[in-house]
Amino acid sequence: MVTLPKAATGITGLDEITGGGLPRGRATLVCGAAGSGKTILATEFLVRGASELDEHGVFMTFEESIEDLTADVASLGFDLTALIAQKKIVIDYVRVNRHEIEETGEYDLEGLFIRLDHAIKSVKAKRVVLDTIEALFAGFSNLGILRVELTRLFRWLKDRGVTAVITGERGEGTLTRHGLEEYVSDAVILLDHRVDDQVSTRRLRIVKYRGSSHGSDEYPFLIGRNGLSVLPITSLGLQHEASLDRVSTGLEALDAMLGGKGFYRGSSILISGPAGTGKSSLAAHFVDAACRRGERGVYFLFEESPGQCIRNMRSIGIDLAPWIKNGLLHVRAARPALLGLEQHLVAMHREIEEVGPAVVVVDPINDLTSAGAANAVKATLLRLVDHLKTRHITALFSSLTSGDAHEQTTDTNISSLMDTWILLRGFEKNGQRHRGLYVLKSRGMPHSDDICPYRITGHGVQLHPRSPRTLRGGAR
Amino acid sequence: MKPVARKGAEQWNLRLYVAGQTPKCISAFANLKKLCEERLGGNYSIEIIDLLKKPQLASGDQILAIPTLVRRLPPPLKKIIGDLSDTERVLVGLDLVPKGPGGAKS
Repeated sequence: MVTLPKAATGITGLDEITGGGLPRGRATLVCGAAGSGKTILATEFLVRGASELDEHGVFMTFEESIEDLTADVASLGFDLTALIAQKKIVIDYVRVNRHEIEETGEYDLEGLFIRLDHAIKSVKAKRVVLDTIEALFAGFSNLGILRVELTRLFRWLKDRGVTAVITGERGEGTLTRHGLEEYVSDAVILLDHRVDDQVSTRRLRIVKYRGSSHGSDEYPFLIGRNGLSVLPITSLGLQHEASLDRVSTGLEALDAMLGGKGFYRGSSILISGPAGTGKSSLAAHFVDAACRRGERGVYFLFEESPGQCIRNMRSIGIDLAPWIKNGLLHVRAARPALLGLEQHLVAMHREIEEVGPAVVVVDPINDLTSAGAANAVKATLLRLVDHLKTRHITALFSSLTSGDAHEQTTDTNISSLMDTWILLRGFEKNGQRHRGLYVLKSRGMPHSDDICPYRITGHGVQLHPRSPRTLRGGAR
Repeated sequence: MKPVARKGAEQWNLRLYVAGQTPKCISAFANLKKLCEERLGGNYSIEIIDLLKKPQLASGDQILAIPTLVRRLPPPLKKIIGDLSDTERVLVGLDLVPKGPGGAKS
């Protein structure tokens, strides 16, 4: 079978779900409502092509001036001005205004072809963006001429062998308001920007890709400081190397329960339990130990302010302040609902990129649930976990379980993403509250089956193992 | 409404964008020439720009349709597209007759 040649977009995730990119030498229609990210996708396709894949590009903009477009995408890290100066990209701003134009007989749109041709030749372009050609419908009243010329235009583009992205505004019950999908038939990508429960989520779907298999799901995507990234649910993330290196939990007794050596480096750990069982305290021990080893850490706090967290931890004898002062520990507090899940993930990624930590704590993940639907949260976490794993960052997530619910149901059902799962529980006995900790699972290592009683003291969490040598044998 | 006719020897500066010698372009030029002779006396100049030869000039006047006539002087700038066969609309476009029904002839 002949495989269709494809042009990589360079956009994170998009090339994965399209099996290598957009159809080479053909036109792809990108449609969506205003503000759904069409222009950004189109721009990134050109910018990545010009700066990374040695394929120069023409951007024909019908809506924004060159200055506006350049300014808009600068915040995504795209320097159009530089690429124009290097003759890798050329922008032509086509302004159409019906009120300025009197139609007096037969005409065609040869001027548009001449401009496009001139632009393509001037930078030897292999990629073309038309954003959005629909503006022509507002500029010319003779629909008959327009339709003939659009048909001619798309055939012309194909003859040139350029890979094109055509944007179109979503219509009522149709993909585009003016039926562009009738002209561009090779591939259609639909962008969607929805607000559920006051939380914004962007999604991308490949409606059509002639001659190629493609993912047919709706994929959440982000617009971050480095452009667009599509989050494929079934990720490539399973290719990361599994480290044999171990890191301490910060508590000797807990290390002992985990095969005597603690967590695997680059693994993901879930600590779940009801309120007041010391999830944050265990997390603090973990980052404290990392900083003592001279490693960097990022602590994402979703319920407390950094000041509150430091004070509380100091009360149990863990002083995080010096690590913050010397730059090893970065504490970031935010309420996810405030930002929206999508923005939130972007912010976390950014922080991780900037700090380059060895350990990360997310405390607690429940607050992400309030920021989006369960599926979206799982996808978000999966992406985050994958991202951390590929960077060999050991990540600890805390999860609050409600007192009466079974401890093993975590709201987000994310336990399958986790390598190690530690459960905390509280119970009453003889008029006193007791706490117990056990390792529900820990992939790839022998671990203790005990429910280990522990206390939270002025000197941190203290475990009281009854039979420290009882280990469950055999690595899975 | 603009005045029906212009007085004095106002200088008209017109530019006709074409793409080669197509029938539409040739008839546009013929129609324009005739109209100018009849209406503007000797007070006009027509510059013909063939975009096949000078494609870089298309963006300056925002040319998409061919042929396009641009009235550069007198201001304001006006654009008229098509082969100029609809004389009535050309006159409206050039502000030589007021817009609207009944304003066709002077």
